[in-house]
Amino acid sequence: MSSTVHPALALGRRLPNVWDLAALVCVFALIMAFAHAAPGTLKPIDAPEALAVDLSPANLPEYALRTTMRMFAALAASLLFTFTYAPWAAKSRRAGLVLVPILDMLQSVPILGFLSFTTVFFMSLFPGRVLGLELAAIFAIFTSQAWNMAFSFYQSLTTTPADLEEATRSFHLTGWQRFWRLDVPFAMPGLVWNTMLSMSGGWFFVVASEAITLGDKTWTLPGIGSYVAMALDKRDMGAVLWAILAMLVVIVLYDQLLFRPLVAWSAKFRFEMTASATAEDPWLLKLLRRTRALRVAGGAIVDVFSAIGSWRIGRPVGRVANVAAPRSRAGDAVFFALIAVVVGFAVWKVFEYVASNNVGFADLGAAVGLGFITLVRVMVLIALASLVWVPVGVWIGLRPVWARRIQVLAQFLAAFPANLLFPIFVVVIVRFHLTPDIWLTPLMILGTQWYILFNVVAGASAFPGDLQEVAKNFRVGGWLWWRRVMLPGIFPYFVTGAITASGGSWNASIVSEVASWGDDKLSAHGLGAYIAHQTDAGDFPRIVLGVVVMSAYVLLFNRMVWRPLYAFATKRLTLD
Amino acid sequence: MDATVNAPLLEVRACRQSYHKDSSADLLVLEDVNVAIASGEIVGLLGRSGSGKSTLLRIVAGLLTPTAGEVQWRGARVTGPTQGVAMVFQSFALFPWLTVQENVELGLEAQGVARAERDKRAEEAIDLIGLGGYESAYPKELSGGMRQRVGLARALVVHPDLLLMDEPFSALDVLTAETLRTDLIDLWSDRKLPIKSILMVTHNIEEAVLMCDRILVFSSNPGRVANELRVPFPHPRNRHDPAFRQFVDDIYAIMTRRAPAAPKTAAAAMPAVDATFATPMQPVSTNLLAGLLETLAGHPYQGRADLPALAAALQLEADELLPMGEALQLLGFGVLEEGDLKLTDGGREFAHADTDGRKALFAAALRAHVPLVAAIRRTLDERWNHRASAVRFRDELEDHMSPDYADDTLRTAISWGRYAELYSYDEEAAQFSLEDVETAA
Repeated sequence: MSSTVHPALALGRRLPNVWDLAALVCVFALIMAFAHAAPGTLKPIDAPEALAVDLSPANLPEYALRTTMRMFAALAASLLFTFTYAPWAAKSRRAGLVLVPILDMLQSVPILGFLSFTTVFFMSLFPGRVLGLELAAIFAIFTSQAWNMAFSFYQSLTTTPADLEEATRSFHLTGWQRFWRLDVPFAMPGLVWNTMLSMSGGWFFVVASEAITLGDKTWTLPGIGSYVAMALDKRDMGAVLWAILAMLVVIVLYDQLLFRPLVAWSAKFRFEMTASATAEDPWLLKLLRRTRALRVAGGAIVDVFSAIGSWRIGRPVGRVANVAAPRSRAGDAVFFALIAVVVGFAVWKVFEYVASNNVGFADLGAAVGLGFITLVRVMVLIALASLVWVPVGVWIGLRPVWARRIQVLAQFLAAFPANLLFPIFVVVIVRFHLTPDIWLTPLMILGTQWYILFNVVAGASAFPGDLQEVAKNFRVGGWLWWRRVMLPGIFPYFVTGAITASGGSWNASIVSEVASWGDDKLSAHGLGAYIAHQTDAGDFPRIVLGVVVMSAYVLLFNRMVWRPLYAFATKRLTLD
Repeated sequence: MDATVNAPLLEVRACRQSYHKDSSADLLVLEDVNVAIASGEIVGLLGRSGSGKSTLLRIVAGLLTPTAGEVQWRGARVTGPTQGVAMVFQSFALFPWLTVQENVELGLEAQGVARAERDKRAEEAIDLIGLGGYESAYPKELSGGMRQRVGLARALVVHPDLLLMDEPFSALDVLTAETLRTDLIDLWSDRKLPIKSILMVTHNIEEAVLMCDRILVFSSNPGRVANELRVPFPHPRNRHDPAFRQFVDDIYAIMTRRAPAAPKTAAAAMPAVDATFATPMQPVSTNLLAGLLETLAGHPYQGRADLPALAAALQLEADELLPMGEALQLLGFGVLEEGDLKLTDGGREFAHADTDGRKALFAAALRAHVPLVAAIRRTLDERWNHRASAVRFRDELEDHMSPDYADDTLRTAISWGRYAELYSYDEEAAQFSLEDVETAA
């Protein structure tokens, strides 16, 4: 299942190059632009009365529905983004130079950090109207979904098999036809898988984005997230449990009705010529395939897409020269000049912003120091989670019957928004007067540890049977077995899981290093808490600083630890 | 008969394809290739791997632009994938997410043929090629032979005048390939195929003689048409016919003849031509070489074997056997002459030696006859730390040959030198060294 590479690992490059630098500056400038636009529009907005949230459980179905609708609106936006950004980056050499590093940067930015100013920004677009808030929430979810979907699509577009590509040209398919006949189907399994991961991540953000506090103002959007926020405020444990139950139901439904069938269906597009033993169809897909009326409807949809795919838009793609086509020097010059101007402008804006808000080196030092604390937390957590879940995952993975069940369960757990569970932990910490610096920490990995588990399970179940037999035959056991046989075998899978978990944990730190239960406020030391506090204080320059420092940490950690590990894993620990 | 029958369908004129390298001169893949294909014939492009025949096929198909020269299709210059030319791929190149029927209809869809017409023509092609009943199957449900039938149907359904086939049977097992060949030739002889001519690429000599009316034998590096042969036998042809066998033998002789256009008159027995630092080598495993030497030394060959017979006995294709013979010749263990492979005294000695003796003989042969290996060892001896990066040798090789050839050549040098224990090699660091090597020698 997890044959799809984590997007952050996909690029072979390790050391940042000039394009990365340009992308970095542009992304930061963008964040600052949001922050800059925000404060000016802060004052005229009043929290609309219509947005009151009621703690009665009877309202939960409606809230759950609204939360889900936001998810799907964001998904639609993400798909639109994926189908425009990725082909643009893949088909245009020049655009690719800039777009790919930008995407790489964007997925390292902790979205929760700048939730506050995107909210204000969108509200300023629609003053006093709920629409602004809705859009802000949807945008937050979009930013948690879009990047890895686009990356997955981009990667598929650049790795389409050469012989099929030749076949499309030799049979005179137009660019449009090729896109729908070759590119999209080839990308489908990776895209569906990444969409699923995105949706899982999205639940976390939809819950976080429904109740935004900035300075002394709080905005709420009716939904499960705001319901929980209200329950926390009112110390209503019953309501929290109701919300968790509602979320469970929603996730079961979306998992069963949408993603199980979708993943099973997308297996059809997997690029392999051997008929592999496939798992049984999920019940819904069976239903769709067997029920006549549904089948006819499904067939009609497929026909429509097939018809769209065969429109002869554009001209047949011609032949390629063996030597790289003579590049248009003038075009290149214009393009690079344009990029230079944009980057230059971004640099200037960044400096100007920093200078005008007297954020000094002291602030930077503080943020970097706090970031280091959070870094230690993330590393310790990943290590602990690995110690627990690697043996468990291996045990499960070597038992196929269990593996299948647990795989589904782990994916389900990864989708469950862990922030809904925070209150339970917080109550325990408050009750027993535990140290927040230590005991708030596990919250960071609550939702993301499952990525380690299900990747390890996948790795262990894919472990070659003959190698297992060799180990048995030569009586390789105990620690030697782990060191020489199993750990190297699952390592690439583990790295994929661990990087997802670590990225998620950084993001979660913003909501988990600070927690509250009624009037009891808990706070740990760390960059996440720093960002959360500055958000409470409405101090935009320092929010930006926090977000930028955190992005830098994530980026450096990916480049200097995970990518080299992954490169090592794929080079040395795989046979082909 | 009108005049168009005699005018060639397709003409390749003075075609030249070079791999462009920044620093040095162009590296030639194809040089001055002229080919004309008339209506009603099957033409085979026969050559060793790397002789540029597949490149030529792609140029003909309009998939590649030649560096120089031009391709004319019915008198008009080809500038892109030509209407009227369809291709069958070595790897089948079927879309795994499309059914047999959908795969077959692909070309028609691209032309914007209406649905009803598409169904009808796909049905015809599928039935013609013996795929009836498999319309709704996905490629992964089919065997290799059935998949290539889909590939054929997909090409035939667009009613091309010229069918291009790129080693269409080489990915199939012997029996399946034979059935498919026979079926295709039967359909061709009965004039049931909606095509005028076939141009096929192959490295299988028997296949070429079995199917083609005309065979163009390519020489390697750079690829050019070394010989043109007209196959005189009517279809169906019999592999065991002595005349057929002789024809195959002759082609072997042509393909083992070194540089036929060279000014030196071909001597009856060619001495091993001395290799230079940059002589391209193909990676042949030392186990294969040892096995071949043992086979040659033993019964029934007694030191001399007829190549077609040897290929048949060892179940190797010419394409696989010839590089082995050439490796033996390079090392001075064997001599290729007029379709035969003859063992030298050195080769005989090797065949009868034990493991250590073989390594010593191999090492001596490498140092004497393979300058690249000798140079690597010399460099290592000279260095104080006895280490050398592989990159510099690769770079040097790339000044003389394409990166693929350079890669093959270097890999050959690595594997042969390791076997002979002349040096060891660290893959991770891409570094030669004298570690684990007894430097007493």
